Amino acid sequence: VTRWITCREFVDFLDDYLARRLEPTHHEEFNDHLSGCPPCVAYLHSYQDSIRLGKAALTRSDGPVPESVPEALVQAILAAQRKAGA
Amino acid sequence: VVTYDPVASSPGLDDASLMPRLQAGEAWALETLVRTRAPQLLTVARRFLRDERDAQDAVQEAFVVAFKSIHAIEERTVIGPWLHRLVVEAAVVKLRSLPRHSEGAIEDLLPTFLEDGHHVRRPPAWEPSSVLLERPDVREFVRACIDRLPETHRTLLLLRDTENLDATETARLLGIEEAAVKSCLHQARQALVGLLEEQLGRGES
Repeated sequence: VTRWITCREFVDFLDDYLARRLEPTHHEEFNDHLSGCPPCVAYLHSYQDSIRLGKAALTRSDGPVPESVPEALVQAILAAQRKAGA
Repeated sequence: VVTYDPVASSPGLDDASLMPRLQAGEAWALETLVRTRAPQLLTVARRFLRDERDAQDAVQEAFVVAFKSIHAIEERTVIGPWLHRLVVEAAVVKLRSLPRHSEGAIEDLLPTFLEDGHHVRRPPAWEPSSVLLERPDVREFVRACIDRLPETHRTLLLLRDTENLDATETARLLGIEEAAVKSCLHQARQALVGLLEEQLGRGES
C-alpha cells in the first residue's frame, strides 16, 4: 500500500522523480499522486518545458558568431603568450 | 560532454595540421588559433559574464591556459571542444572572483503551498515548448527570465543544462558540494517555472 504524498512533497522531489532516483515504492507514490492531481500534472509539464526552453534560449539565442573580436583582445592574448614564453 | 558549436575556422587548416605547429610554438599558428577561435569563445564567455570586459578577460585567460598546456595534450585533441571547455572554466573562475551584487532570494521565486501541502494556486499551463519556440520573441524572453535568477543558480543552469557538465564537475567548478548542486539546480528550475509562468501562463490563478 502506497501512501498519498502531498503536492509539496511532489514538487520538492520532482527532479529525483524525473531522474528515477527514487526508491521503487516512492516512485509509485509519485505516479499515484500524478494520477489524481491535475495541478501537479500541470506543474510537471511546466517544469519539463522550462528545462527545454532554457536550453533553447541559452544555446540558440546568441545570434551569429562574429567574424572577429576586438583587435585589442587579440593583441592582449598574443602579448600574454609571448610573455609566458619569454 | 561539452556542448560545442562548430565554428568556421581557416579553410584548409584542420586541427590535425594545426596542432603540431601549435605544439612547436610557431607564432603564425598561435595567432591563427586566436583569430579563428576567439569569436566563438567570446560568444560562450558572454553567456556567463554580463560585462564585456569580464567576458574578454575570460577568453584571454582560456588562451593563456591553452598555450601553457598545449605541449601536454594529445596531438589528436579536437581543438574546438578543448578551447570551449577552457573558456567555460575561465568564465566561471572569473564569475567567482567578482563582487557579489545584492540579488533577490531564490525563495521568493519558488512555488508556495498551503499548510496541508496543496498548491496555493493551480499552476498555470502554457503552450508546449515546441510551439513556443516558434515565436521569435520567446528565446529572448526566456533568457531574460534566466538573467533574473540569482547568479549561482543562473550559472548552475548554464553548466548543467547548457554545457551538460555532470554534478561532480559542476561542484568542482563552483566550489560547492554535489548535494548543493543538485538542490540549487532544482531550485533554479522551479524558479524559472515561476518566472516563465508570469508571462506564458494561461491557466486560472
